[in-house]
Amino acid sequence: MLEARIPSGPIEQKWDKCRYEMKLVNPANRRKHSIIVVGAGLAGAAAAATLGQQGYHVHCFSYHDTPRRAHSIAAQGGMNAAKNYRNDGDSVSRLFKDTVKGGDFRARESNVHRLAEVSVNIIDQCVAQGVPFAREYGGILDNRSFGGVQVERTFYARGQTGQQLLLGAYQALEEQIAAGRVTMHIRSELLDVVIVDGRARGIVTRNLVTGEISSHAADVVVLATGGYSNVFYLSTNAKASNSTAIWRAHRRGALFGNPCFTQIHPTCIPLSSEHQSKLTLMSESLRNDGRVWVPKKQSDKRAPKDIPESERDYYLENRYPSFGNLVPRDVASRNAKEVCDEGRGVGPHGQGVYLDFADAIHRLGLETVREKYGNLFDIYQRITGEDAYTVPMRIYPAPHYTMGGLWVDYHLMTTIPGLFAAGEANFSDHGANRLGASALMQGLADGYFVVPATVPDYIASTKLDPVDASHTAFRLGEAEVKDRINKLLASNGKRSPDSFHKELGKIVWDECGMARSDAGLRKALARIPELREEFWQNLRIVGNGEELNQTLDKANRVSDFMEIAELMCLDALHRNESCGGHFRVESQTADGEAKRDDANFSYTAAWEWKGTGQAPALHKEALTFEYVPLSQRSYK
Amino acid sequence: MNLTLRIWRQQSATAPGRFVSYRINDVTPEMSFLEMLDMLNEDLINRQEPPVAFEHDCREGICGSCGFLVNGVAHGGQRGTTVCQLAMRFFNDGDTLTLEPWRARAFPVIRDLIVNRSAFDRIIQAGGFITAPTGSAPDANAVLVPKEDADTAFDAAACIGCGACVAACPNASAMLFTSAKVTHLNSLPQGQPQRDQRTLSMVAEMRNEVFGSCTNHGECEAVCPKQIPIEFIGKLNRDLIRALWHRRREPLKIPSVVQLPCAEDAHEHFHDDIRPSQEVARRQLQEDVPAPLPVGSPEHAGTSR
Repeated sequence: MLEARIPSGPIEQKWDKCRYEMKLVNPANRRKHSIIVVGAGLAGAAAAATLGQQGYHVHCFSYHDTPRRAHSIAAQGGMNAAKNYRNDGDSVSRLFKDTVKGGDFRARESNVHRLAEVSVNIIDQCVAQGVPFAREYGGILDNRSFGGVQVERTFYARGQTGQQLLLGAYQALEEQIAAGRVTMHIRSELLDVVIVDGRARGIVTRNLVTGEISSHAADVVVLATGGYSNVFYLSTNAKASNSTAIWRAHRRGALFGNPCFTQIHPTCIPLSSEHQSKLTLMSESLRNDGRVWVPKKQSDKRAPKDIPESERDYYLENRYPSFGNLVPRDVASRNAKEVCDEGRGVGPHGQGVYLDFADAIHRLGLETVREKYGNLFDIYQRITGEDAYTVPMRIYPAPHYTMGGLWVDYHLMTTIPGLFAAGEANFSDHGANRLGASALMQGLADGYFVVPATVPDYIASTKLDPVDASHTAFRLGEAEVKDRINKLLASNGKRSPDSFHKELGKIVWDECGMARSDAGLRKALARIPELREEFWQNLRIVGNGEELNQTLDKANRVSDFMEIAELMCLDALHRNESCGGHFRVESQTADGEAKRDDANFSYTAAWEWKGTGQAPALHKEALTFEYVPLSQRSYK
Repeated sequence: MNLTLRIWRQQSATAPGRFVSYRINDVTPEMSFLEMLDMLNEDLINRQEPPVAFEHDCREGICGSCGFLVNGVAHGGQRGTTVCQLAMRFFNDGDTLTLEPWRARAFPVIRDLIVNRSAFDRIIQAGGFITAPTGSAPDANAVLVPKEDADTAFDAAACIGCGACVAACPNASAMLFTSAKVTHLNSLPQGQPQRDQRTLSMVAEMRNEVFGSCTNHGECEAVCPKQIPIEFIGKLNRDLIRALWHRRREPLKIPSVVQLPCAEDAHEHFHDDIRPSQEVARRQLQEDVPAPLPVGSPEHAGTSR
């Protein structure tokens, strides 16, 4: 069932070989083919724009009012590229190795190598589009370092790299819209993927202003709809970010890869009130200069400035001398949780650690620190009312990114022929832990370079009968979608979608968050179906389905979170090893680090949907490591 | 703290709108403004009343989705802050806050506090890009960009497209938005080949969308959550003159103005009685204290309770 279509040959030649062997579509024939791209973030906008440039007719869908709102925009820190402009030992091979190792040996080597190869083209492409990256006085591009690596290969635009990259892709997309090659469908949410004769041939969407359900047919469907961190309710994702598109595709037969691989980002602003609606990220780049510490004593309520050096525990520097504050995210998060669990956390709720810039300000001067991180300090000040130039920041881990996603082969095609998944929506490149500044890289690699090569190959090598939206399969899809919406509206219960979402998020955070145990996961697996049952019985939505109804939109998304949460816990329970962000308390080394079990778990878990409340079927894609030898990760 | 909210309720683009007052209790200082509205909506759902529709997404001030007027000031009056980042600690117990959508002819209301800002996308479509088809780029360091130019480009590119500049402008002008994109791209060497055409086309589209003209009030800069400076409008005007001069040998295609809206036209004043004077708004911004404004009496606008 799982044919990954990895090209043969040496790893550094696989992508070239693949591109050489792929079939092409004659330029004159391209406009006869239509492609649906769902999502207009980095991966979606880049893919839609590039396929439009090639001459295909592209339909791009976004639930936002304009493609420029996608949550890629909030990425702060930067984007990796193996340019070696610093001459500090970087190379494509080094980026490849860092990413495989950073992912704790749970990613596919061939995909990661391709990612490292195209990283250099991405940075060229973005500069040509006018993305205003940070520069040195000589006019060349500036670089900085990120967690889990020992070179400076991260390109950045102050603390707004995601925004600038997304605007680059958005502008390229708008140019294609103006040229008539891309038709943009805004405020339209995917509610089903339509399959005709075993191939994805279109989608069913709902217009979020009028409530109209409509069908759209095409030769290929590309999902670039992001991750599912919002299953936790509180995460750094935007409020609308959801799993509906990938989950509905999963229900139609696309296997779901490694759902339990979620990233808890170490540097977020701690929770402050019960009404809090989301968590705010503080870029990992801050760990370049900030020092992480907690008091040595438990429940030390003194102000940070009153705690002398000798009574501070710079726990990352002490435990991991070679990487210090720049250990990978999973390691930094887990350590923060540990010191807080020991009762040494800081802040009103004891759920926080200090990120201190006093040394950096002393060493570099206030102005330099302001230049590098000014906007992040401003965000922090706005939210907490504290001045991080004089008082150390308080940070705590928060759900941020999902490495899991739809299983895809080397061509980024899911197990449904003609359905592709790009960016965070797929599971492919980050294994069990994503390194900082690699999400932007992967989204753009998929969008600018991989999908625009593999989708035409699919079109050229497949006999596609003409199908339009009047086909029965679309009618059936629409009927199912309407049925589900009516069921949500009919429930007439007492609780809002948000109250269910909060409760679900708490269960998943407690039992499938930074530390997972057999007992806890079983508890969650018992509780989630009960909550889902209550959701369908006791939901309250005001208004109807034929108007702009944000409560209904939300309920619809929560209904899918209710199902994906269960699969996450099931996957976490079955994977009885620790790797990367997946930490099973039963599987740790003597000094508390994640302990992999390569003999039993060196595979990608790809789950097949069997129905709500039914046990899904597990398929395994064995992982082999020919180029980066398996080893216990050590950042000491 | 306990507050009174007077919120513009409008079922759809064509339905008439009105202010409805709501009382909200137990607001805490660390809540954000939108979390306060979440709380109100949760309460409304419990009482089976339609919740207030407002646009929001990232809640970090970067996506540009959110935005409405709080007591007549776009985004609520804290400098460099979107309404999603606005903390309730800036308000006082007993305050009455008036919330209404952006008011501009080019931004028709969709529902409650949500407006249609697609006109901004069409301005970008007119020329807010650098043509660089994927695969055609030279090495990233092949073209050096002086740091100052890169910094200027970045300062302009920081625009989030929220529309506050239009809402604050007495003419509902989109000059700050347009000038930000023109300055971003025209400052870079990569943007030079299309510089003149870009400027002309974007200005033409801006006028076609029935935004008003700039008359140097500076309200836009004052409310811009990304603090885009008004000097970029000067840059835009210089580039416009430059473009017209460079194109002198061609038939002059000055953006034909469909209609030049005058100050009264571009805004839709449904309710002049509650719009604070621009002077009050400016004073508030300067003081950074959103003191409650003298608004109509609570019973005046169809109180629900």
